Amino acid sequence: MWRAWIPFWHAGVSPYSGDVDLLFTGLLFASALVLALLFFLLALFCVRYRAGNHIDRAARGGKSWHWEVSWTAASLVAFLGLFIWGANLFLDAYRSHADELSVFVVAKQWMWKVQHPGGQSEINALHIPVHHPIRLIMASQDVIHSFFIPALRLKHDVVPGRYQDLEIEVDTPGHYHLFCAEYCGTEHSGMTGEVVAMEQADYAAWLSQQSPSSSLAQEGGALFRQFGCSGCHGLGSKVRAPPLEGLYGKQVALSDGTTVVADDKYLRDAILLPRSQIAAGYAPVMPPFEGKVSEDQLLRLVVYIKSLAGHQP
Amino acid sequence: MNEDSYLNAGYTLRSWFFTSDHKRIAILYFASLIFFFFIGGAAATAIRIELATPQADLVSSDMYNRLFTMHGIIMVWFFLIPSVPNTLGNFIVPLMIGARDLAFPRLNLLSWYLFMLGGSVTLFAIAAGGVDTGWTFYAPFSTLYSNSYVMAAVIGIFIAGFSSILTGLNFIVTIHRLRAPGLTWYRLPLFIWSLYATSVILVLATPILAITLILIAIERCFGVGIFDPKIGGDPLLFQHLFWFYSHPAVYIMILPGMGVVNELISCFSRKEVFGYKFVAWASLAIAALGFLVWGHHMFVSGQSLLASLVFSFMSFIVAVPSAIKVFNWTATLHKGSIRFDAPMLYALAFIGLFTIGGLTGLFLACLAYDVHATDTYFVVAHFHYIMVGGMVTAYFGGLHYWWPKITGRLYSEGWARAAAILIFFGFNLTFFPQFILGAEGMPRRYHVYPPEFQVWNVLSSGGASILAVAYLLPLFYLGYSLFFGARAPANPWDAPGLEWQTSSPPPEFNFAVQPVVTRAPYQYSEAFKAEPQNA
Repeated sequence: MWRAWIPFWHAGVSPYSGDVDLLFTGLLFASALVLALLFFLLALFCVRYRAGNHIDRAARGGKSWHWEVSWTAASLVAFLGLFIWGANLFLDAYRSHADELSVFVVAKQWMWKVQHPGGQSEINALHIPVHHPIRLIMASQDVIHSFFIPALRLKHDVVPGRYQDLEIEVDTPGHYHLFCAEYCGTEHSGMTGEVVAMEQADYAAWLSQQSPSSSLAQEGGALFRQFGCSGCHGLGSKVRAPPLEGLYGKQVALSDGTTVVADDKYLRDAILLPRSQIAAGYAPVMPPFEGKVSEDQLLRLVVYIKSLAGHQP
Repeated sequence: MNEDSYLNAGYTLRSWFFTSDHKRIAILYFASLIFFFFIGGAAATAIRIELATPQADLVSSDMYNRLFTMHGIIMVWFFLIPSVPNTLGNFIVPLMIGARDLAFPRLNLLSWYLFMLGGSVTLFAIAAGGVDTGWTFYAPFSTLYSNSYVMAAVIGIFIAGFSSILTGLNFIVTIHRLRAPGLTWYRLPLFIWSLYATSVILVLATPILAITLILIAIERCFGVGIFDPKIGGDPLLFQHLFWFYSHPAVYIMILPGMGVVNELISCFSRKEVFGYKFVAWASLAIAALGFLVWGHHMFVSGQSLLASLVFSFMSFIVAVPSAIKVFNWTATLHKGSIRFDAPMLYALAFIGLFTIGGLTGLFLACLAYDVHATDTYFVVAHFHYIMVGGMVTAYFGGLHYWWPKITGRLYSEGWARAAAILIFFGFNLTFFPQFILGAEGMPRRYHVYPPEFQVWNVLSSGGASILAVAYLLPLFYLGYSLFFGARAPANPWDAPGLEWQTSSPPPEFNFAVQPVVTRAPYQYSEAFKAEPQNA
């Protein structure tokens, strides 16, 4: 029991969190060094130069600039080193791996809803396989939330109106806290859950136990027809609309001459506000779907369009 | 008491509430701030009692959210920001520079009335039902989701902001125009330099807060899409605007404390402050660089990686002038003749606590660690070390140091030292465990929490009860001194500053003859001439 009270007794459960712990140790060490030096000098001066102690106080108030320059320079160099260390590791956290698995997370007051690509969904829990990078694509239905897994030393705000993504990877199977770290109203402290990291085989078994009726892409396909998207984007349509087959992950030329990569964020924006980024060579005739689709529906549409990536237009 | 003291200039309510004497206005501020400090403190006490157990037992979640919001709003805008500038600064600045009053005495009074009006509106918001947005008012929660008295609180803070602007303006003009003959910039006490830097921030940053609050009101009342993406706004715009004010504002809340500490360290080690020019310019460097670091509150908000890198870098840079100050204060002690009167105990506590607060600030400036620590108790502990361990400690130190000048009375040195030591231990016991909680990952603003965090929370709550008692102590012995304390001499600390060259308490127009300055500040005699007179 008492071990639980010691910070970082449970070392990080991923390579990245181990690196953060090392950085933390470095920061602690540097601070302890500075504090020890400072407190030693304070104590020394307070004792040696206490009023009434007869001691040599000659040559007080001598030149000071070389002291000033040296401790300014020393602080600057030390700070620069810490900046580079922290920044380097931070950029590491934002690298992505090719074989990552996408999981959608929708945050709302006051719960986390997780959608796996196979259609499995869960609330306030996230089941993942170990040793496999997972890309969380997160959206908020209402206010700002923040997805925080202390054991991974990672968090990311979930700001409404855009997709936020974060890659996580866990090496040790187990149950880990999931907290909402951005104050979001009455039950903010109840917006917690757990991340369950499982061995690959257990994870596969868990997925099949959930037995969803249809995958996210299939549900997205149904929505695609229900919202009338297929009327223009479907095969054999009379309206000239960009084909969506093979689109995901490709470069898209825009009418203003720039190009963007058709990723999750682009697809989301293109559905909600099609006129903000018009594909080159097409008339801006698509109506905006902002306010007409919920985050849950939106992510299914995105997954559906994603599932068309392998098809030829 | 000398007959012509400012306290004898009139005894009617009118002579207090319509005074334009900076000293009387300072007293008005003292009384108001004590009131707000204990309201904010009561909320903090309730929070700590609630957090002694992991489950909810004292208050509901809604009530808890209102408590921490009230604690933050009251402490930031109605205690910390005005604390040293409007009380000690108001009283001491004209005396220190040999002036009769501030440059705009009536504006000074107006500033107090605006402060009280803003405070009253905010108290109304709290009494009517409270606010549950946190002091940060993050949109879109504050604009479209919160059902509490957001508008009233916003109006209260908006009004109080103008009080800040007027005070800042008054100090800037006073310091430029009303210095005594011979009092050149480099002969100014460092307290004046740091208040000058503070005033620059007050005047430049507070309007941004006013604009941000108006934008909240527009979105909340008229549904114009500014921050809420559902109606076409951008939630991060709010954070950029808010922190563009609120990060410089944390320097409003620490620079005056640093100024006080310069005076204390110098007086009680009988030496001039080591590296005067470096310390003076460090204040202005902090004020300037403080405007360029706001994005370090947003490392995990989805701002661009490049922005995060730049803001992280700038945050390390802004720590350099603070480090310079700490080293200079320590060097000031070298070859001094140090006496440990109560104000000096506060000053030494300040150096230690501020350094811990500053060093943990580097943890948060460090990108990869901030991703873990932001929005946890690590941040809570860090800024309480600066704001409470730093600013409130300096405020108490300054209050004790200038108490004989302000009231013309001496206080009980034994009680004062006991309170200083008790505050130091109570403070550390309250806030050090919160670093550990944050490192373990306990998020802030949590009403209930997983049981493994309880041990550190119990320690913190225990410390808070000690701290609460320690903060009440000065109320008693200073209150006693006010009525029954021995009369103070004009210069109980044997100090060369101009404020000590006039009687205690000072006459209505401060100096019988216009003082003329011929030398640098801090020319202390090498040892106290006499034993402490403040017994």
